Amino acid sequence: MFGYIIKRLLWIIPVLIGVSLILFGIMQLIPGDPASVLLGPKASQEAVDTLNERFGLNKPIYTQYYLLMKNFITGNLESIYYRVTVISIILDKLKATIELGLTSLVIAVVLAIPIGIVAAVKKNSFFDYFSMMLATLGISVPVFFTGIILIYIFSVNFNLLPSSGYGGSLLTVQGWRHIILPAVSLSSILIASTSRLTRSSMLDILQEDYIRTARAKGLKEKIVINKHAFKNAMIPVITNIGNQMATLFGGAILTETVFAWPGIGRLAVKAVSYRDQPLVFGTILVLSFLYVLTNLFIDILYVFIDPQISYS
Amino acid sequence: MKKKIIPLILLIAKIYVLYNNWIVKNKFWNSLQIKIATVFSIFVLILLLLIVFKPDIFSYFKQKEILYKSYREFIKNKGGVAGTIMIFIIIYLALCAPFVAPFEPDEIDYANMSASAPNLTHPMGTDDFGRDILSRVIYGSRVALGVAFASVFLNAFIGISLGLIAGFYGGKVDNLVMRLVETWNSIPFILLALAIIAALGKDIINVIIAVGLTGLINFARITRSSVLSVKEKEYVNAAKALGSSDFRVIKNHILPNVVSPIIVIGTLRIGQAILLVASLSFLGLGVQPPLSSWGTMLKRGQEYLIQAPWISMFSGLAIIITVMSFNLLGDALRDALDPKQID
Repeated sequence: MFGYIIKRLLWIIPVLIGVSLILFGIMQLIPGDPASVLLGPKASQEAVDTLNERFGLNKPIYTQYYLLMKNFITGNLESIYYRVTVISIILDKLKATIELGLTSLVIAVVLAIPIGIVAAVKKNSFFDYFSMMLATLGISVPVFFTGIILIYIFSVNFNLLPSSGYGGSLLTVQGWRHIILPAVSLSSILIASTSRLTRSSMLDILQEDYIRTARAKGLKEKIVINKHAFKNAMIPVITNIGNQMATLFGGAILTETVFAWPGIGRLAVKAVSYRDQPLVFGTILVLSFLYVLTNLFIDILYVFIDPQISYS
Repeated sequence: MKKKIIPLILLIAKIYVLYNNWIVKNKFWNSLQIKIATVFSIFVLILLLLIVFKPDIFSYFKQKEILYKSYREFIKNKGGVAGTIMIFIIIYLALCAPFVAPFEPDEIDYANMSASAPNLTHPMGTDDFGRDILSRVIYGSRVALGVAFASVFLNAFIGISLGLIAGFYGGKVDNLVMRLVETWNSIPFILLALAIIAALGKDIINVIIAVGLTGLINFARITRSSVLSVKEKEYVNAAKALGSSDFRVIKNHILPNVVSPIIVIGTLRIGQAILLVASLSFLGLGVQPPLSSWGTMLKRGQEYLIQAPWISMFSGLAIIITVMSFNLLGDALRDALDPKQID
């Protein structure tokens, strides 16, 4: 098992090299001379030459890639718009993104799994229909629209929570007040898909023979559900949460934009609008790294949850 | 007779709309948009006439056993039926926008400048320039559907080709292609679209390319696994032994087996693509103004949320209804086309 975890950890390296190669390849799609595109049509020849020199843009393509990666890792890659190193800007914004992501993940798990279980146990009840209708709706609602509606209700109409910005550390009340709306809207999609899947997975498990056996030997329904059904039903649910991570990361970009949350997602959008290629490269690479890391974490989680899979 | 009432009402409504546009407003063949609307209207008109006066033309489909069984399975699913009806309405609105929308999308109503609330002339209100929201939502459906369909076609084409190559040739090629697709997939899809747009620039064609290149893994995986499951079958070997080329084997013996999962994935992908395009437009990186798109409207709507909430509410509702219709249809198709249930 330990060997498996090490193997999975090492697998990150080729994936990240692949991702950086893909991003580098996409950067090569910039039509025309990259330096003059980056600096705009009015740039002087001198400025173009300096930029070419700095990024090695006039060197062969593999040298360009090597220079880009070397500069990025050693922290020398500079943003064109902000004039500081990419790494320093990203590290500055990383905390806010991680806080937002984790909070919404926690909200989603805490709400969605109980909803799904209750809906499955009380199949065809009012609660079941109502929650599953909401979930079907929830999958189709874009996160930014959820965000706008939440702002409209809680900030504009009732004036309860701030509509945008970062409130500082999560240890303070102000920090919590600011994070509630973005975290809830980001978690909405995850809640919808997770509760639907928990319900269907629970329904499948509740028909199994061992559940009938457990009931037949006179166990309380509560124990049957909590001990026998729950753990087995969670395996597909966790797979789904892993698959939904891409949506969560994409949603983070949108939520950060709606709520002016100072995270990497918003930084990436700014970088794209300014066409600041080094910053685009850095932000997307770091976000992909986080994404790969969360998926890895979920894969490792299986080791502890699913005894049927052997990792030798 | 009872069954004919709905098509009859639709027919009368259609004739009224056409009379109003062709004869009263003299919109028949003036511009490309109106030409498309006219051609499509004639098509709808013929279809409605056939349904009302000659309903037995559809008996052909009833003879096709498998189609009819799928159809009966499909009809049972109320959500799927509702989704299909909604999609028909949305496609109709999109193609016939100049005939149905009460105003031009960029027409400024000087009597209702600066965001007036919903009223009788403007059922959904106007935006900050005094443009009719209802008309902009209707015109927005063309952009949404157009970009979504185009990008899903691109997506399916590339994904299916990769899946076919990986599955058919196997071995090292399979390994290489699938690792490549997996790495491609390890960049979250919005980020990948952002990177592509950062390189190519903001433009509607680039949005199609960006959305079309994300999420290839779904199509590639399903095609590959279907190919693997039929590759060793006798009829494929027989075709090969008879000297069929690879292309012919793929076209005649392998692709037909993949059609139904691809239809399901494609339908679900269209909903996702609409969401993604709206997201990109919301970020200001997708469809650019003055073209009316739902995402751009939502972005402006957020700026005027306090004074004019209707701008964002109605464009948001349009996105939700469209995406939900495609999701419902996709789910229903998955149940109906499942070969296990048809047997």
